[in-house]
Amino acid sequence: MTEIKSHPVDGLLRTDRMPHIWCPGCGVGTSVNCFTRAIEKLEMDLDKLHVVSGIGCTGRVAGYINVDSFHTTHGRALAFATGLSLSRPDSKVVVYSGDGDIAAIGGNHLIHAARRNVDMTVICVNNYTYGMTGGQVTPTTPDKALASTTPFGNFEHTFNIPNLVAASGGTYVARWTVFHVRQLTRAMVSALKHPGFSFIEVLSPCPTLYMRRNKLGAAVNLMEYFKESAVIENGADTRTVALNEGKTVLGEFVNVRLPTLRESYEERMKEALGEKFVPYEGSK
Amino acid sequence: MAVRKGIESSLAIAEAAAACNVDCIAAYPITPQTHIVEHLSELVNDGVLDAEFIPVESEHSAMSCCCGTAAAGARTFTATSSQGLALMHEIMFIAANLRLPIVMTVANRALSAPINIWNDHSDVMTERDCGWLQIFGENGQESTDLVPICHKIAEDKRVLLPIMLNFDGFIVSHVVEPIEMLTREEIATFLPDYEPQQRLDVDNPITMGPVGMPEVYTEAKMAHEAAVRNAYGPICEILEEFGQKFGRTYKPVETYKTEDADIVFVMMGAASETCMSWVDKVREQGKKVGIVRFRLWRPLPVEAFKEAVQGKKVLGIIDRHFSPGGAGGPVAQEVKYTLYGEKDAPKAVEVVAGLGGRDIDFDTFDKIFDRCQKVLDGGEVPPFELIQARGGHYGKI
Ligand code: SF4
Repeated sequence: MTEIKSHPVDGLLRTDRMPHIWCPGCGVGTSVNCFTRAIEKLEMDLDKLHVVSGIGCTGRVAGYINVDSFHTTHGRALAFATGLSLSRPDSKVVVYSGDGDIAAIGGNHLIHAARRNVDMTVICVNNYTYGMTGGQVTPTTPDKALASTTPFGNFEHTFNIPNLVAASGGTYVARWTVFHVRQLTRAMVSALKHPGFSFIEVLSPCPTLYMRRNKLGAAVNLMEYFKESAVIENGADTRTVALNEGKTVLGEFVNVRLPTLRESYEERMKEALGEKFVPYEGSK
Repeated sequence: MAVRKGIESSLAIAEAAAACNVDCIAAYPITPQTHIVEHLSELVNDGVLDAEFIPVESEHSAMSCCCGTAAAGARTFTATSSQGLALMHEIMFIAANLRLPIVMTVANRALSAPINIWNDHSDVMTERDCGWLQIFGENGQESTDLVPICHKIAEDKRVLLPIMLNFDGFIVSHVVEPIEMLTREEIATFLPDYEPQQRLDVDNPITMGPVGMPEVYTEAKMAHEAAVRNAYGPICEILEEFGQKFGRTYKPVETYKTEDADIVFVMMGAASETCMSWVDKVREQGKKVGIVRFRLWRPLPVEAFKEAVQGKKVLGIIDRHFSPGGAGGPVAQEVKYTLYGEKDAPKAVEVVAGLGGRDIDFDTFDKIFDRCQKVLDGGEVPPFELIQARGGHYGKI
């Protein structure tokens, strides 16, 4: 009989749903591993942690993490999470989804959640493509890269997501890769502790669709690339961190404390209503 | 010369759109439609199709973009499914009421929640009232042929309406079947170059989409209703012309072995192909049953349908969507609408089946037939039911 050993973070995963859907070499699972370590490190109360995902390969995370989770519609995870965050001020809300979900179809929610400094942590796994539907072009696909809908090579400008979020008002912005597991875990710890809108872009290989189509080799080749091209620049001006060939700027770019949406709201309402204002304690 | 080849229906549909020489395609990936637009992007890349391919960031943008290209006078094509169609909802009404002749293929798929990527008709049926023409293909050949037909209908000066070409997600979209592919030259003899009736043109400025105050809104709606209803004649003509040219004649309402049948099943989409095989089988056992299938859904072919069920005793109506707490499934609702007040109208046994990818198989047809037979024998008409639900009969769960 094969003995099944338990994994240190099994308790944080819905192991009954394993095997997961991710391909061998996919980076999404690695990022989830980091996430579970961050939760452990913080000794978070799991009853006060909610994970919200949209649709896509990364969108499956909500279904695998063993906490209250909400698998929403394509692009709307941040909008669902905004409602959840405001109605459960005592809880931590995490949006865990992909670049296609967060920066493409859900881009409007991203800029507004950042602008309002909604208290939530967003983990955006960027693999430069829509994985779930077969590798189409996204706003994060690099210049000239091939995708199933750009067999001629992408010609659109590519989002510099940290810059987008920072410019929109995000108060914690970082970027790491799934090669940098320790740094990523530490960044997740910081982001989870951060009051307000915290955002981590996690660069990750999609060997099945993006890499194969672009003849980039196996997942390990991209991991090597991440290692070799990484330039760690904490506090870097996000305008300078666009992903360029041969240089991957990583680090904690923004970390400032500004009033969260809820704090601003309460302050304004206290001014407006004085004694009459009763702060919302959250749904029970 | 048209060649018959084994091809995935989605690819054949994309080839047909390319053979129609479409000018603009704006689309967003969604399963199970994606292969259509992916293949179109390849055809653009290979220089086979000279068109603008616009990979937008959402379906809301896709339909908005299509409105833009159609308003500029371009032959416009797109494709979607399920949540994608739902996200287009707002713009669907606008495309229709601005009379923009967009052709959209919809690989029908269930709507969330729960999340489900498989086939049913909840996506198209929730768009019933948006004022588009709606047509259903039952297999790859039909769906491929309907692409040039749809462009011709949409662009006909007597019609000028967007049209939605539906076929079942996966069951049709992903199946490889032998399909006779019309060449671009052949299609050109049927589908002339598109000449827009009016378009946004700086030299002859017009306004599209202004406010309609209460004084004119009703009249605008009336005009739209007339346009959709009056499209019926041109649609029949165009289907006929296609048949004469290419040998495959499609009708707004199709029938199968109904002549001597007392019991007739009513449905649309791919399920009717399975049903034909089932009918053949049970007819050998002496069961007199036939099929009436809606190909055209908007405008609703009321008279053709009435004629098809004339003298029948019991209808077994199969819906792949329903209105919870409402009047059952949409096909049943509309069938009843066509027959209300008719003398000797057949009785209606209404079932919902094939939700979220559950197969409609011989067993399902047997069950429906049993219920119809009981009614034919003088039994009570049962309430509408989700016939495949585990736990049994609707109302007794
Ligand atoms: S398709 Fe790409 S992103 Fe999706 S699971 Fe596979 S490797 Fe990961």
